[in-house]
Amino acid sequence: MAAHLYLIHNFGFDWYVAAMDSALSIVPLAAACWLIDNNLRYYQPGKGSYINLLIWCLVLAAACTAAVWWGLPYLNAGDTFGAFLRQSLILRFVTNFLAIGWMAMISLIWYVQQDQKENEKRKAEAEKLARDAELYNLRQQLQPHFLFNSLNSINALIGFKPDEARKMIHQLSDFLRGTLKKDDQQQVTLSEELQHLNLYLDIEKVRFGHRLQTEISCDDHCNKSMLPPLLLQPIVENAIKFGLYDTTGDVTISIRAEMDDNYLSIMVQNPYDPQTARPRHGTGFGIRGMERRLYLLFARNDLVETFQNDDIFTIMIRIPQA
Amino acid sequence: MKRVLIIDDEPLARMVVLEYLQPFNSQLQVMQECGDGFEGIKAIMQHQPDLVFLDVQMPKINGFEMLELVEQPPQVIFTTAFDEYAIKAFEAHAVDYLLKPFSRERFNKAVEKFLSQSGTAPAVKATEALLDSTSQSPAQHERIVVKTGTKVKIIPVHDVEYLAADDDYVSIHTAEGSFLKNKTMSFFEQTLDARQFARVHRSYIIRISEITRINPYEKDTHLAILKSGARIPVSKTGYVKLKQVLGI
Repeated sequence: MAAHLYLIHNFGFDWYVAAMDSALSIVPLAAACWLIDNNLRYYQPGKGSYINLLIWCLVLAAACTAAVWWGLPYLNAGDTFGAFLRQSLILRFVTNFLAIGWMAMISLIWYVQQDQKENEKRKAEAEKLARDAELYNLRQQLQPHFLFNSLNSINALIGFKPDEARKMIHQLSDFLRGTLKKDDQQQVTLSEELQHLNLYLDIEKVRFGHRLQTEISCDDHCNKSMLPPLLLQPIVENAIKFGLYDTTGDVTISIRAEMDDNYLSIMVQNPYDPQTARPRHGTGFGIRGMERRLYLLFARNDLVETFQNDDIFTIMIRIPQA
Repeated sequence: MKRVLIIDDEPLARMVVLEYLQPFNSQLQVMQECGDGFEGIKAIMQHQPDLVFLDVQMPKINGFEMLELVEQPPQVIFTTAFDEYAIKAFEAHAVDYLLKPFSRERFNKAVEKFLSQSGTAPAVKATEALLDSTSQSPAQHERIVVKTGTKVKIIPVHDVEYLAADDDYVSIHTAEGSFLKNKTMSFFEQTLDARQFARVHRSYIIRISEITRINPYEKDTHLAILKSGARIPVSKTGYVKLKQVLGI
């Protein structure tokens, strides 16, 4: 503005006229620059619409020049100034255009860069989350308690029932192989999932002897329904853990699957002792992990329900069918 | 002849110990096998064993909680699959610990260690020290196991209203009544979560969320009124501590 003022004054006009001229030129120019910067902050033109941006710059430059053209004659600064205004009009327009265009370019580059930075941050965060989840899964699959205790049972069986020891080694191998090859994206049929679950339950039955019984019932027509792999595993593990470690008597874990409209609905029940159950019961990581998984897959939070009445703990899971 | 008990909730795990003990049957006699801690307590009282093979993870009460309830704990060889907290404690104080599955050689070493130690080592002290160090394991922060007569009572920590010193015992007050436990006040001060409990007096620890009012009492002392109506004396230092916790 000071530069503009000095320039006009140098052409031989008095300070008052020069000041008004610079005000009328610079203020609309600043407004135009602000407008274009603000627009670019929230809306970034795609490759095809750079021409639109150019047109906008031209229009804004023209508007700024027009403000000077209509505004300055009100000063009544004499004919010399009028002639000067006419002569300098093209120059004023070009200067305005250059200034606005320059502003647009700077803004465009700045905001694109900012956006990129943010995107990268988000991506890194998502990757970290995925890694953490994977690590957790791995650790879960290893289940040191289960693995070492099973090996200990095999160790016992080798002594006096070698055939059963051999059978248990095969069950354990099949089970471990099953947990390793599962791809989270690929859904499996219910009968596949139950087959895998049965391997696990058979091993647990060898470990705990007569204390552990299971009841699995499944309607014929839901054998083919689909669910995410290893979804039931942590739930049944939980049921066994609470059933066996919360009570001292015999324990029956029941699993029931049926079709309910367009949902595969699965119910898992285990006995527990409401008097001594630890406060965390039912909200343990097993159930929360499953809820989270279902949320990520189906974007719904209402697929899992738990009930506790008398001394039976029940969990209901509904899986939408395509 | 030394008397031996095997306490483990998995039948096959007991079988391994039984089998490995065969060569020692001129020195060690297995009195009984137990499937959980309750049976274990009864059997220990009945047989007064010299050595117990004890699993940690068992129904209802774990191996440590069971030992806490026995007046004169015997010497212990732990058999467990995996417990990072417990292993630290074993290393310090148990006769030995066996990580499942264990070999016959490893088992023999543990038994020979017991046989060479017995009669010389102050067994009871070692087992008591073991229990103190296992109080760091997370299960011990969630519940307190007490004996009322012949019954075992498991008190979830969130049911505890306050604790009061009572001679050599600590009485644990809950909505259901009070229970005695053979421990010290400082033991509970250390193991209970300091965000939930405060030791407001030499003889009292209270649950902070139970407080409804704090009234001035005699000079420098206060009385905390709990939801249950109990009036608990608060010492001068206890009041300073309470003010810190409550942020007043």
